[in-house]
Amino acid sequence: MLRLIANRIAMSIPLLLLVSLIVFALEALVPGDAAQTILGQNATPASVAALSKQLGLTEPWFERYGHWLAGAVHGDLGTSIINGVDVTSSLATRTGVTLSLLVPGLLLSAVVGIALGFAAAVRGGLLGRFIDLVTLLGFALPGFWIALIMVIVFAVRLGWLPATGYQPLTEDPLGWLRSIVLPVIALSLNGITAVAKQTRDAVLDVLEADYVRFLRANGVSSRSLHYRHVLRNAAIPVVTSLGLIAVGMLTGAVFIENVFVLPGLGSLATQATLDHDVPLILGVGVVLTLAVILVNFLIDIAYGFLNPKVRVS
Amino acid sequence: MTAVARAGRAARRGVLPALVRSPRGAVTGGFLLLLLLACALAPVSAPADPLHQDLHHVLQLPTTGHWLGTDSLGRDVLSRLLYGGRSTLVGVAEGVAAQLLVAVPLGVTAGYLGGRFDRIVMRAADLVMSVPAIVILLAILSIFDRSITAAMITFGVLGGSGMLRMVRGTAMAVRRELYVSAAELLGLSRTQIVFRHILPRCRGTVIVQSSLFAAVSIGVQTGLTFIGLGPPPPAPTWGGMINESVLTVTEDPWLLAPAGVLIALTVLALGILGDVVRDVTAQSHTSSGGLLAKPVSRRAVPPRMLPGPDPVLLSLRDLAVSFRTPAGDAEMLTRVSFDLDSGQTLGLVGESGSGKSVTARTILRILDRNGTVTAGTVRFRGRDLLSAGQRELEELRGSRIALISQEPMTALDPSFRIGAQLREIVRRHGKLSRRDADRRVRELLATVELPDPEEIARRFPFQISGGMAQRVAIAAALAGSPELLVADEPTTALDVTVQADILALLRRLQRETGMAVLIVTHDWGVVADFCTHVAVMYAGEVVESAPVAEIFDRSAHPYTRALIATSPENATRRTPIRAIGGSVPPPGARPSGCRFRDRCPMAEEDCAEREIPMIGIRAGHRSRCIHTKALEAHG
Repeated sequence: MLRLIANRIAMSIPLLLLVSLIVFALEALVPGDAAQTILGQNATPASVAALSKQLGLTEPWFERYGHWLAGAVHGDLGTSIINGVDVTSSLATRTGVTLSLLVPGLLLSAVVGIALGFAAAVRGGLLGRFIDLVTLLGFALPGFWIALIMVIVFAVRLGWLPATGYQPLTEDPLGWLRSIVLPVIALSLNGITAVAKQTRDAVLDVLEADYVRFLRANGVSSRSLHYRHVLRNAAIPVVTSLGLIAVGMLTGAVFIENVFVLPGLGSLATQATLDHDVPLILGVGVVLTLAVILVNFLIDIAYGFLNPKVRVS
Repeated sequence: MTAVARAGRAARRGVLPALVRSPRGAVTGGFLLLLLLACALAPVSAPADPLHQDLHHVLQLPTTGHWLGTDSLGRDVLSRLLYGGRSTLVGVAEGVAAQLLVAVPLGVTAGYLGGRFDRIVMRAADLVMSVPAIVILLAILSIFDRSITAAMITFGVLGGSGMLRMVRGTAMAVRRELYVSAAELLGLSRTQIVFRHILPRCRGTVIVQSSLFAAVSIGVQTGLTFIGLGPPPPAPTWGGMINESVLTVTEDPWLLAPAGVLIALTVLALGILGDVVRDVTAQSHTSSGGLLAKPVSRRAVPPRMLPGPDPVLLSLRDLAVSFRTPAGDAEMLTRVSFDLDSGQTLGLVGESGSGKSVTARTILRILDRNGTVTAGTVRFRGRDLLSAGQRELEELRGSRIALISQEPMTALDPSFRIGAQLREIVRRHGKLSRRDADRRVRELLATVELPDPEEIARRFPFQISGGMAQRVAIAAALAGSPELLVADEPTTALDVTVQADILALLRRLQRETGMAVLIVTHDWGVVADFCTHVAVMYAGEVVESAPVAEIFDRSAHPYTRALIATSPENATRRTPIRAIGGSVPPPGARPSGCRFRDRCPMAEEDCAEREIPMIGIRAGHRSRCIHTKALEAHG
C-alpha cells in the first residue's frame, strides 16, 4: 500500500513536468511566435519585434521554461500576455467552479454507472435491455448537445432551473445547487455510460469466476453472491478505470462550461486559446493535472482498500 | 480451442468477410461507408452550395427543396452537414492514423522485445494516459492558430496508450506461442516474425481500438468546433452548426436535431462496429451492450411423473446441454444417463472435451450463462432438479449436494478471509450465532486435517497453498453434511504427493459420513482406488457404464479399453506411453453413428449407419458399442 502511494507520488512530478514541457516545446516549434499571432498578419515587423521583446520571447524556449518552472515551484505561474493579470490569481477564482462540476460529476458517474451496469449484468431481461439502450445513447450523444436539449426543456420551457450562470457555494448554497444541477448531469452522462459499461463487463466476468460457481454450488445465496462477492470483486477494475474516466471528464467540462456560460477553468482556457494566451492555458493545465493526480491518488487508496493483496502485503 | 487461437484464425480468414456476414456489421459498416462517400463527394452529392444564403427562406423545416430545412441565414442544412462532415471525418482519420503510427510499432516492439525497452515504453504510456488531453489540445489550437488537423493528430498520439497496451499484450501472447518459438529456431528474422506472425494477429485488436477511438474523437472534434475553436465561420462544421442553432433555438429547436443526430449515429456506428469486430475476432460475452444480441433462454423441460417410493439418490436421463457461441449453438451433451445411489462413488471418466465437467455442473445447475439444458432430466431423490426454482436450488445446494472443484486456488473469493467465507456457508446451513459459527468453522478446518485452524481462518485465499486450499474447499462442501458430493477433478491441479493426501482425506470422509460421491477424473488410479462405479464419457455422451471391477476386467467399449491402455499407470519402463490417435471431435464435427468410429481400431461400416444405443451387457453394465462380441473375443 505504501509502495503504491510512493509510486503514485513519484509519477506525479514527471506528469506535471510533461504537460508543461509539451506546451513550451510546441510553442518553440511553431514558425513565427506569439507576438506575430497576437498582432495578426498585417503587423509591421518592428511592432512584432517590440512585443516579442516585451513578452520575453527573444530568449530560447528552454530558458523561458526554466524561468517559468522556477516561478511555478513558488506558486507563480506568470502573467497573462493579453492583459497582464497574474495567472495564479485568475485560476484561484475559477477553480472552484470547475471543481463544482467535476467532483459531483465523478461521484454521480461512479454511483449511477455502477448501479446501472450491475443491474444490467445481473438482472438481464427487460430492465437489462433498457439499461443497455440508455448507456448506448449516453455513449453516442455528445454531452454538449444533451446539455443544450436540457437547457431548452428544463430551463427555457419549464423554467425549473437557470439556463446559465453560477452562484458560489459559500454565498448561496441553494443557488449553487440549482446552477450546477444541469451542467453536472450533462457532464456525467458520458461518464455514467463508461462506468456502466465497465461495471457490466466486470460483473459478467466475476459471475463466471470459479469462486462464484463454487460458493453458489455450496449454498451461498444469489443475493449474497451478487451484493457481497460479485460487487466487491467487480469494483476493483471499475475503480481503476475511474482515473481514465476522470481525465475524459475534463474535456467534457470545457465544453459544458461553454454551454452554461460558467466562469470556470474551461471557459477561461477557451478564451485564452482564442487569444493565444499560452501562459494562461498552461496555468489551467497545471491545475487540471493536479486534479488528475489527486483523483488517481484517491483511486489508489480505494484500490488498496478493495484488494487485500495490496492491503496485506 | 482457446479464444486466442480462434482470434488468430479469424484474423487469418480476414475480418471483412466476417463483418459483412454479421447483420450488425453490415448495417453499421454500410452506414459509415455511405456517410464517407456522401461527404467525400459533397460537391456532387450536396443539393446546394453550403455557403449560399437565401434570406427569404430562413429557418425552414424540412421541405422537398431542403430535405433537412434551412438555417438562420437560409443555407441548406443537408449541404452544410455533408461539407461539414468532411472536416470531421478527415480530422478523425488523421487522429486514427497518428495513433496507429505511434501505438502499433511501439506496442509490437515492446511486447516482442520485452525487457527494459518494454518497461520504459509502458511507463511512458502510463504517464501519457494521465495527461489531461484537453489542455494540450487547447495549447495546440492556440499555437497552431485553430488548426483542427494539428489538434486531432495530437489527440491521436495522446490517446494511443490504450491501443499500445492491447497491441503489446497480443504481441507478448504470440511470442510465447510454440509456433513462434519454432519459427525463431528455424531462423526467421525478427522482422519476418513481426510481419508474418505478430501483426496479423494484432489486426482485430487494432481495428477494435481504432473504431472506439474514432468514436471518441468525433465527440472531441465536434466539441472543439462547437466552442468555436475550429475553422472560423462561415465554414460549415458539425459542432459549429450546433453552436449556430443555439441563437435561434427558442424559435426553431429543429435546427439542433440534424447535426446532433448525425453525430450520434456516427459515434454509435463506430462503437457497434468495434464491438462486432471484437466479437468476430475473439469470443466475448459483451456485445454493444447486448442491444442486438440474442437473449439467453432456457427451454422448458416438460415435467414428468414422479417415480415410486425411495427413489435412487441421483438419476440422469437423456440429458442434453447446448452452449451458445458466436459460431452458433453447440450441443455439448446429448443423451447422458446414469444413476448413483447412496454410499456409492461414481467415477465420470473421459478425455478433455468429453463433457464430464458440464455434466457435473448441470447437476448443480451452475452452468455458465450461455449454457442451456435442452432435454432430459436430473432427478435427486425423485425431485426433478431442472424444474426446481431458484429458492429450492439454494436450499438444496451445499446442504444436500455440494461441490469441490478443479482449481482450489480460484475456488475461494480472493477478497474475503477464509474464515469469513466459511462462516457464511456454515450460517446458511443452520441458525448459528457468530461465535458458534466460528467454532463450527474451526471444527470443519480440523476435520479436513488442517493444522492451526485459527490461523488458516484469518488468512486470505492467496496466502495458502493449493493443497491447503483444496482442504478448505472440502471443509466448505462438508459444512452442510451433504448426501452427495460432486468432485470435479479435485486433484488435477495439485502436486502428486498432495493428490494422494486429498484422496485419502476424501475416502476417510466418505467412510465416516456415508455420502455418495460423483468424481470427475481422467486418472484411472483414482477410479481404481476410490470408485464403486464408472461412467465413461465421449464426445458428449456416456459410452459405457459399469461397476468398477467390470470396467477393468471386461470393458465392453473400445474407447474405454483405449483409455485404460493409454493410462500412465499401465506404462512400463522404456516403452513410450501410448496415446489414442486423434482427438475428441468438437460438437459441430461429430461423425454420424458411433462418435468414436473415426478413432476406433475396430470400426466397421455399420458403425456409421445409425445412432448407437446403450446396450445391456450384464446386470449394471451397459455399452454404446455394437461390436461388443468381437471385442470380448478380442480379449
